[in-house]
Amino acid sequence: MNAVVLDHITKTYDAGKVLAVDDVSLQVAAGELFGLIGPDGAGKTSIFRILTTLLLPDKGHAAVNGLDCVKDYKAIRRSVGYMPGRFSLYQDLTVAENLHFFATLFGTTIEANYSLIKDIYEQIKPFSGRRAGKLSGGMKQKLALCCALVHKPEVLFLDEPTTGVDAVSRKEFWEMLKTLKQQGITIVVSTPYMDEAVLCERIALIQDGRIMSVDTPAKVVAAFPVKLYAVKAADIYRLLTSLRGDNSISSCYAFGEYVHVTFRDEAAHDLQAWQQTLAAQGHEQVEVKIISPSIEDSFIRLMQEKQNAQP
Amino acid sequence: MNDKVIICEELTKRFGDFIAVNHISFDVRKGEIFGFLGANGAGKTTAMRILCGLSFPTSGKATVAGFDVYKQQESIKKNIGYMSQKFSLYENLTVVENIEFFGGVYGLSSAEIRRRSDRLVNKLGLTQEARKLVRSLPLGWKQKLAFSVAIFHDPQIVFLDEPTGGVDPITRRQFWDMIYEAAATGITVFVTTHYMDEAEYCNRITVMVDGKVEALDTPGNLKARYQAASMDEVFYQLARGAKRSAD
Amino acid sequence: MKQLLVFIRKEFYHVFRDKRTLLIMFGLPVVQIVLFGFALTSEVKNITLTVIDQARDVNSAQIINKIKSSSYFIVDESALNYDEVTIAFKKGSAKCALIFPNGFGNDLQHTGEAPVQIITDGSDPNMAKTVVNYLTAILTAYQQETSAGGQLPYRIIPEQRMLYNEEGNGSLNFIPGVMALVLMLVCTALTSVAVVREKELGTMEILLVSPFKPLLVLLAKAVPYLALSLANFTLILVMAVFVLDVEIKGSILLLFLVSTLFIIACLSIGLMISNVTNSQQTALLLSMMGMMIPTLIFTGFMFPLENMPWIFRMIANAVPSRWYFLIIKAVMLKGLGFSYIWKEMAVLLGMTLVALSIALKNFKIRLS
Repeated sequence: MNAVVLDHITKTYDAGKVLAVDDVSLQVAAGELFGLIGPDGAGKTSIFRILTTLLLPDKGHAAVNGLDCVKDYKAIRRSVGYMPGRFSLYQDLTVAENLHFFATLFGTTIEANYSLIKDIYEQIKPFSGRRAGKLSGGMKQKLALCCALVHKPEVLFLDEPTTGVDAVSRKEFWEMLKTLKQQGITIVVSTPYMDEAVLCERIALIQDGRIMSVDTPAKVVAAFPVKLYAVKAADIYRLLTSLRGDNSISSCYAFGEYVHVTFRDEAAHDLQAWQQTLAAQGHEQVEVKIISPSIEDSFIRLMQEKQNAQP
Repeated sequence: MNDKVIICEELTKRFGDFIAVNHISFDVRKGEIFGFLGANGAGKTTAMRILCGLSFPTSGKATVAGFDVYKQQESIKKNIGYMSQKFSLYENLTVVENIEFFGGVYGLSSAEIRRRSDRLVNKLGLTQEARKLVRSLPLGWKQKLAFSVAIFHDPQIVFLDEPTGGVDPITRRQFWDMIYEAAATGITVFVTTHYMDEAEYCNRITVMVDGKVEALDTPGNLKARYQAASMDEVFYQLARGAKRSAD
Repeated sequence: MKQLLVFIRKEFYHVFRDKRTLLIMFGLPVVQIVLFGFALTSEVKNITLTVIDQARDVNSAQIINKIKSSSYFIVDESALNYDEVTIAFKKGSAKCALIFPNGFGNDLQHTGEAPVQIITDGSDPNMAKTVVNYLTAILTAYQQETSAGGQLPYRIIPEQRMLYNEEGNGSLNFIPGVMALVLMLVCTALTSVAVVREKELGTMEILLVSPFKPLLVLLAKAVPYLALSLANFTLILVMAVFVLDVEIKGSILLLFLVSTLFIIACLSIGLMISNVTNSQQTALLLSMMGMMIPTLIFTGFMFPLENMPWIFRMIANAVPSRWYFLIIKAVMLKGLGFSYIWKEMAVLLGMTLVALSIALKNFKIRLS
């Protein structure tokens, strides 16, 4: 059975003026680690709020564990864990008080499901007497995850858990999610960081309230329709400027130290010749190669296709 | 020496027993894109506040745009621009009103503001939206506008605190185009980010760990030194050893 | 049930850890009582008392001599009748008057009791009160002196009349006023802020996505403030008795009972406000503008309601503190029992039920 089902969900705000979620359909299998990948304002939070019964969709039907998100909201609220995008714990309560409060709220105790949160909680236990507001970003997040897990939910919704958190804490967080997945919890997580997409089993790329692609990260990348080249030079900005002047080039974007390039026609390009041309234009230390695309490349490609499709 | 717009020597900031910034020293050259990285709580924000003239250091020396951080905070503020992810523009003012307001704050004449404002609105392609509330703009546009407003008064240095958080990948790159463009006109860019690929776009990078500057070099040299394929790895290797993690 | 208890405990944590709010909450009544109490108690000395002695007998003469010999009054006997007194009051040349009716001494000697009339200028309620107190004291002393030898104790019954401010707003009125004001502030403002804070922090999202009944959120929020308000009420009462020597004439139990009712009414209004606002600022502003100002104006302890145009008097009827003020005055200062105040209590109860049902009905089980 699918743990999460969205069936043609549409959600608008301000009396229909702002379209947040536009006819979104997707399914998440039980036990899956599913990622909603997209920038701020893409509609990720609205989808989470519909699934956690906090918002009513304008159109469409949504279900969690076979329960209707509108009619059976009480049953859903008992069986899901939710970590909102903002840090949403009581800053003036200590770590232990927060956890105890949320455990009781869900009619359980910390001890009852301790095995589930043990690995995470042990890391913040030394600070259990500290007020939550005084914790660092990474530790707040761990506490929030513990609070969302303490009642052993069947489905866990994590809205941008890694936003504003440094790279080290982000890595640790994803390790924790993997461990949780092994315990059979369905996890739906959203992130604006494209590099985190590969850590999910399946992902939905979402932009402006619309799903652009739903698949495994490998298949999303494999669907990239053209060859992708990476070019490097000493002065990236100058390289970008001259590549933009090239009519045969369809897109060029800076990716770290490289510029990722696609051509308009799919004919094989002579890398050496290209390198020489660029060197002749005055670029130094030019390096050219064919690469396999990343999720971010796919995302940009899909965004462009969508923009081009618009009148 | 004249091309150094930021000079820090043994800059230190203590809060009681806690040494937020611990004897950091570095220079930033004119027109450079200077990346300032560090885990949460490494002391980035504190250091940046001192350099922006918002907070006094406990000890050490620093000049920003040639002005002393102890004595000439007001002169520093006139010569820098600042943009953060959290606060940048007034959501309930229109695009033009925001530009006018910030232009006025920096003491530009009304005629000058009008002239530059028209040029800016055209350049950003916001002519249709010029009279709309900033609230109604997509995030990406807001951030681009915020950056333009931050450099509206032609500052010598612009400080960017995680300017691209949550922005879509295309806009993020357009944003960096604007940074490059600003740098090309001689504005020094001092930027913090959580996106490690963006670290690669910087001319030089500082990685702060536990209040100290743990590494400072070009992205290429750093990767070579730490035998890493990406800046992500460099950062991870450096920051993993961090002992403290308070914001 | 355990959930609710834990929730209530959490609310107490919030309250006790927010030292500033706590200080305001308990500092406010202290400051107000001290301020009102000492600003309003002023000594009266050498005040001109207009005396009209229509009786012209031994007893009235004795009393006038007694008044003359006190340091409080300068007796002016030039006025001949009541009309002249009122003219003098209008001019402001007289502030208080004592009138002995015809046959005063005769009545006193034959029936054992006789009336005198004390007229005071109510536009200066402080002075008026003090004058009445002093005159009454003098009259009482005279009674005791003359009755000491005789068999029948004399009773002089002072009829008070205050011109321009019949109600006689003054020093004693402000205690019930402060009570109404402080309870209103604490209950309405703090409760609404407490609920809205959860919305602002985003914790409301998590609370909603839990099996915890949304209505219990309101209950849990209300309980700590009920307790704190009762503590606050006790503080005001204790201060009134021990600092300002106010005598509580009625039943303390009844006082607490009506105060609890009033607190619940205020809490319900606070919860009602919290339902329609999403920011602490708006909530605070709404409770301040919407509740505090009407409480100040329409309760009757700062401005006498009787002198207001009818439209304001109608509005005043919709302000809960107006009724509470009446009840507290009746019980605390006049010593009246339940049978005298049940109507006012019924009005308060009705208001509570209306506010509470609106608050409960509008509580959102979802966002936006």
